[in-house]
Amino acid sequence: MNFQLTEEQRQIRETVHDLCLERVEPRAAAIDESGEFPWDIKDLFAKHDILGIPFPPEYGGVSGSALSTILAIEEISKFCATSSLILAVQSLGSLPITLAGSEAQKRKFLPPLARGEQLAAYALTEPGSGSDAGGMRTRATRQGDQYVISGSKTFITGGSVADIVIVFARTDQDGDAPARDISAFIVDKQSPGFRVGKLEKKLGIRGSPTAQLFFEDMVVPAANRLGSEGDGFRIAMRVLDHSRPGIAAQALGIAEGALDLARRYARERKQFGQPISAFQGIQFMLADMATQVEAARVLTYTAGDALDRRQPGISLTSSMAKLHASDTAMRVTTDAVQILGGYGYLREFPAERMMRDAKITQIYEGTNEIQRLVIARELLKQP
Amino acid sequence: MNLSLSSEQEEIRQLVRDFAEREVRPRAEEIDQTSDFPRDLVDKAAGLGLLGILVPDSYGGAGLDHLSFALFIEEVARFSASTAVILDVHVSVGTEPIVLFGSEEQKRRWLPDLAQGRTLAAFALTEPEAGSDAAHLKTSARRRDGKYILNGSKIFITNAGEAGLYVVLASTDASAGAGGVSAFVVRGDNPGLTVGPRFKKMGLNGSAIAEVHLEDCAVPEADRLGAEGDGFRIAMRALDSGRIGISAQAVGLAQGALDDAVAYARERKQFGKPIAELQTIQNKISDMAVKVRAARWLTWQAASLCDAGAPFTMEASMAKLYATDSAMEVTLEALQVLGGYGYLEDYPMARRVRDAKACQIYEGTNQIQRVVIARELLAIS
Repeated sequence: MNFQLTEEQRQIRETVHDLCLERVEPRAAAIDESGEFPWDIKDLFAKHDILGIPFPPEYGGVSGSALSTILAIEEISKFCATSSLILAVQSLGSLPITLAGSEAQKRKFLPPLARGEQLAAYALTEPGSGSDAGGMRTRATRQGDQYVISGSKTFITGGSVADIVIVFARTDQDGDAPARDISAFIVDKQSPGFRVGKLEKKLGIRGSPTAQLFFEDMVVPAANRLGSEGDGFRIAMRVLDHSRPGIAAQALGIAEGALDLARRYARERKQFGQPISAFQGIQFMLADMATQVEAARVLTYTAGDALDRRQPGISLTSSMAKLHASDTAMRVTTDAVQILGGYGYLREFPAERMMRDAKITQIYEGTNEIQRLVIARELLKQP
Repeated sequence: MNLSLSSEQEEIRQLVRDFAEREVRPRAEEIDQTSDFPRDLVDKAAGLGLLGILVPDSYGGAGLDHLSFALFIEEVARFSASTAVILDVHVSVGTEPIVLFGSEEQKRRWLPDLAQGRTLAAFALTEPEAGSDAAHLKTSARRRDGKYILNGSKIFITNAGEAGLYVVLASTDASAGAGGVSAFVVRGDNPGLTVGPRFKKMGLNGSAIAEVHLEDCAVPEADRLGAEGDGFRIAMRALDSGRIGISAQAVGLAQGALDDAVAYARERKQFGKPIAELQTIQNKISDMAVKVRAARWLTWQAASLCDAGAPFTMEASMAKLYATDSAMEVTLEALQVLGGYGYLEDYPMARRVRDAKACQIYEGTNQIQRVVIARELLAIS
């Protein structure tokens, strides 16, 4: 048993923390207010090799460790959840290639992503197919050495800024075995027939564009198919096993940012002649928040470590991390606003933004209801 | 024990429900997006006599009870919590102190305009350094030539800039703590009263909340409510019924969220059937419904005790604590039922979550409600 981070991991955490404290925190409120994608932060992350963390050195990256990626996402999220999505989605969009791509596909697509010259996105969800991938309507029809893809996707994080998008589509039309009907494709945004629809107005993560994507007879080379025909659903599920700890890390970072804010405010704010931190009501709130955060941290790091060691049972571990960390983020941010009182409710202070941002972590990358389903299924199939 | 509404209360409920559905519902999203103060809705509510709901008919009001007031605020809050808080503040903490503590002359002078909605009211207690600790006000009122001169700053004042009358709490004797606080009615056009810019908030967009500054603000002695030193008692009594209103606002928010979650769950299909057939969704709906109902009963209990002239401070705090915590939980959970769609501002769920958070904070934070409840239960001061 060893809960210590390695020297490399500590260094990544420290570097990202210092950079974000200096450069991201001062931008966070304006990013939220404008609702625009922060290209400056993307460039900053590219320049400092932060976008290279999810990628191994042989493909132009700097680490490739899941735990290192988690640490980086966590540190960014302490200051700005929107900015952390730049890294989290780069990781999510590249994971299908890392996990299921051929050597040629990896050599071609990963280095520009690792260097931050290009951005990736992941397009699975459809209007009628959220938690239920069997309801997918987008279809891909083979024509010679090409596929023609038609359909639409919704809630695609980074969909409007991505250079390449991993698109899941139905290749078998009879629908008798949804899990084997779906294939995954690497799609260039320049492909004719690729169109970005409207960007959603959201409660939080407002600088992260959530796009609708439309494919109208979009032509994709057969060489861009990931794995074999019918591998798509399996790839999608494996990717989610790997990416959910990243969302857990985002939630963890949001919660830590809120806890730190509440802790500092409680020590400064005076009522009844003493700092409010002297009151048991506030002390116990802080104690509960900190304990939940610590549990979320252990679950999240454990999931990252299990991924790096390629341990079995990763679905269970990563769903537990995502479920607990995101529920914790929601509770802790709500309580942080509460501790700041009326000031917490004002846009001038970051507490209310953290609360708005936290809510999405319970919804995306599989709603928490789906996480519970995954956890129960894994538990009940054990002998 | 009679747990049904009277026929008069049923009539009021129908009236305010029609008003909310016909007038408030179509305006709710726009109010949130533009943050414009919904003067049109205030005027329409006034036209129905609702702004004077707690004012006796001898002063131009409707002379109804606090339960009717709670029904009014709940129905409005089902669609627009920001409109509800504007009306709530006017009716309870803004107007009721005059009803309860005003002299006959003061009532004749102010109540008819407040009851008819020609004047909107606000309540100025909170200060930057005195939130939960409301007895230690920095705002001072010094007597000079038959007048009081008020100096100080108030913060988080609902209806600031829109109100024609402000009930202002100020210290007439700083050495006397709670016993040195007095209440004044200050006109909105008093040159010594200025209003800061509206705060940008998480929610309740459209309700004007701002700082109110008092600089050598001269108030005639005749505009003091009650005796010198009565202010803290007046404020606490105002907040007791204010809490009934905020509880009702929270119940309305939660009921609106529950209604929308139920409708969505019956329509949205996943895995080949409506999600309403999934147990996890059923559990959520059940838990939400129980919380809404318990919150409403607590609110009605506090209101009916108040109407019976019985002590209701603890019950109002319990209602406020439970209803607002429930509103936060229910709105978050209802958003969750809608999944990604709930997170979009195209649907009212995200707005309800943003609005619900305020309810746990104002009219006494929920930490303070716990203090009030514990004090009553433990019989400590």
